[in-house]
Amino acid sequence: MPKDQKFPASRYGPAERHMAQSLVEIERKMLAEQSGDADCDCKEGMFNGLTRRNILAGGLALGGSALAAGQAAADAPPGAFEYRVQPEPTKEQGRTILEDGGYGSRSQFENEVRWRYPTASLDSSWSMTPLASGYGVITPSGLHFERHHAGIPAIDPRTHELILHGMVDAPMRFTMDDIKRLPAVSRICFIECSGNGLTEWDEPTLQTVQGTHGLTSTSEWIGVRLSTLLDMVGVSDSAAWILAEGADAAVMTRSVPIDKAMDDAIVAYAQNGEALRPEQGYPLRLLLPGYEGNTHIKWLRRLEISDKPFMTREETSKYTDLMPDGTARQFSMTMEAKSVITFPSGAMKLPRPGFYEITGLAWSGRGKVAKVEVSTDGGETWQEASLDWPVLPVSHTRFRMPWTWSGEEAVLQSRTVDETGYVQPTLPELIDVRGLNSVYHLNAIQSWHIAPNGEVTNVHA
Amino acid sequence: MFTRKLSLLCVLAIAGTGPAIAQETSGTSEPQRTAAALPERIGEYDERAPAPVPDSSTASIEDIDPADARFGIGQPATEEEIARIDIDAMPDGRGLPPGQGTFAEGEEVYSQSCAACHGANLEGNKDLGAAPLIGGRGTLTDEKPIKTVESYWPYASTLFDYVHRAMPMNAPGSLSADEVYAVSAYILGRADIISDDPGTMLDATSMSEVEMPNEDGFVSDPRPDVAPRE
Repeated sequence: MPKDQKFPASRYGPAERHMAQSLVEIERKMLAEQSGDADCDCKEGMFNGLTRRNILAGGLALGGSALAAGQAAADAPPGAFEYRVQPEPTKEQGRTILEDGGYGSRSQFENEVRWRYPTASLDSSWSMTPLASGYGVITPSGLHFERHHAGIPAIDPRTHELILHGMVDAPMRFTMDDIKRLPAVSRICFIECSGNGLTEWDEPTLQTVQGTHGLTSTSEWIGVRLSTLLDMVGVSDSAAWILAEGADAAVMTRSVPIDKAMDDAIVAYAQNGEALRPEQGYPLRLLLPGYEGNTHIKWLRRLEISDKPFMTREETSKYTDLMPDGTARQFSMTMEAKSVITFPSGAMKLPRPGFYEITGLAWSGRGKVAKVEVSTDGGETWQEASLDWPVLPVSHTRFRMPWTWSGEEAVLQSRTVDETGYVQPTLPELIDVRGLNSVYHLNAIQSWHIAPNGEVTNVHA
Repeated sequence: MFTRKLSLLCVLAIAGTGPAIAQETSGTSEPQRTAAALPERIGEYDERAPAPVPDSSTASIEDIDPADARFGIGQPATEEEIARIDIDAMPDGRGLPPGQGTFAEGEEVYSQSCAACHGANLEGNKDLGAAPLIGGRGTLTDEKPIKTVESYWPYASTLFDYVHRAMPMNAPGSLSADEVYAVSAYILGRADIISDDPGTMLDATSMSEVEMPNEDGFVSDPRPDVAPRE
C-alpha cells in the first residue's frame, strides 16, 4: 500500500506521518534481518516473537511505556512511568502523545503517596493524605485519605442501585443512569475523619503532618441533592432520621438527621471532574458537608427514612466521644474549625536561617474560615496570615505568612477562627473539657518545634 | 533506541487500528468484560465516541414536572426489592427478623465462627484487630477505659445488626438469623447481661427487651464546648 494511504493526512500530521513511515521502514529492515522464518508472527506485521495482539495489549495496558523505557515500570513511583530522561530535551523529539495510554500520568520525579496507619488489619484501616507537599486546597483524587472497614469493593455501576424506602409515600429505586439524569450540583468541600489526630491527645506521637492531620482532604464533589431524591419519594411528616447504607462488606451504616439530608447533602458520583475513585465509594457516595467522614457513606445502596436513629455500631460503639464522667457524646457530627501549618512541618529540616513562607490549611465544618493567625513563639504573639483564593465554606482554605527564621529555637502554631466566631482551641483547653479518652474530634492547635539546627518536630507546647 | 521506536510503533499502531482493536477484543470467545469497553471510534478522524446518554429506567415518561420533583426517572421499589437489602435492626425491635437461638447454640456458633479472632474467652486479639467483647464494666471513668459490648454498647439490637451484616470478617453476612440470635445470646450471657443458662433463648421480642448496662451512658452533642481562655 502506498505510504500516504497507510498514514492518511486525515489522521496523521506531517511529523507523525514521517515518524510512522520511518518506523515501518525500521521494522522492514529488522524483519529482513530475520532469515526466512516464514511462519513467524512477523506475518502479522510486527516483530518476531511479539504478535500484533501482544503489542496492542501491551500498548493498551501500559501505554507502551514499559517498552518505551526499556526498564521495569515498577521503578517509577505509583502513578508514574519511568521514561528515559533526555539529556538535551531541546535537541530531540519528546515522547509521542498518548504514550501513557491517554489517561495521563505524573512525573517520574514525583513520589507522594498516601500512607497507611499500621493497623492490625489490612481490610479495616486508614490511609492519610500527604498534606506537607500539597498545594492549594484541592487534594488530588489519588491522594484523598481513605478509611475502610472491610476493604474496597469493586462494584459494576451497571448493576448498582440506590433504594429509598421507609417512611415515604412511594419507595423508589434508581440505577446509576437514573441518578445521572437528575439535576446535579457541584460543591467543593473537605471530608475529615473525626479520628484525625487520635494519636496526639496524650503526647506527640506521629512525626509528620501526614500522620497527625492527614485524615482530611478536599475535593470538588458532583451529584444529586439528596433533597431532590427525598422530594421524589415524598418523606413522611414524622420522619426525623435517615439510615445510609453502603454496599461494602461492612455494609457500613450511619443515621443522618433529616434536616441535614434536606439541607445540603449530596448523593455524589463524581469527584474532581471524573467518576469517584473506587476507594471513595464508586459508583455512589453520600456527602454531608461538615460532618465527620464516617457519615459520608461510600458505595451507597440504601436510604431508609425513619422517625428514630438506628443506633448502628458506628454511632454507638464507635464514633462516640467518651467524657471524663463516663458518659459518651453521641452524634457529634460536626467537624469544628481546625488549622495546621503544613510547611514547615514535622520531620522536615530547614537547611539554614533565612526566608521561608509559612503555609498551611484551615477548615471548618460550620462554614467559612474567617481568619488564621500564626505564632512563631509558641502562642505568645500572633500575626494574621493571608488567605489564598478561594475561601469556600466547609473547604480547606490555604493560608500563608512570610517568615524570616533567625536560626534560633522557635515554635510554630496556627489558630483559625471560623465565620461563626468559633476559635480553634489549644490542646489544654480541649483536654480540660473532654479529658483524654474521647478519641475523636481533636481539633486543637498544632505545634511544630524548630531546633537551632533546623529540625522540625511535633511537640505539645 | 530500539525499544523507544518499538513503542512509537506500538502507539501508532493503536492510533491507526482503533476499530480493529474493538473487533478483536469483542470476539464471542472472550469472557464477558468486567471493565469498561474501549470507546467506539467514530468519523473520519477516528474520534472517541462519547459515553452513551444515561437511560432512565422509568417505563413511562408521562407526567413530568421538575418543579414538583417529577422527572420521569427512577422506578417504584417493590417490597421484594426492599426486603432483599433491608437488613437493619433497631433498638425497639423494628427490623429484627423472625428466628431464635439459644446460649448453647450460640456457644457452638461462637467457637466455629468467632473464637479464632475474638478469642476463646471473648477477650479479643489486638494483633488481629479483634475487639474484646466482654468485661470492662465500670471502667469508663478509668484512665484506661475498656469499651466492650458489655461495658459500652447501649443496645442489644446493635449487636444483632452488626454481627448479622458484617461478621465474621472472613465471611461477612454469612450467619443466619437463628445463628445471630444464638451467638448474641451467648455473648450477652457471657457478659452477665442475660442468663448464661444453656437454654437462654433470644428472638426478636426478647432481644429488644434486653437492657444493656450502659444504655443511659450516651448524651447528645453539646459542642461548641470549648471557649478560649481570656
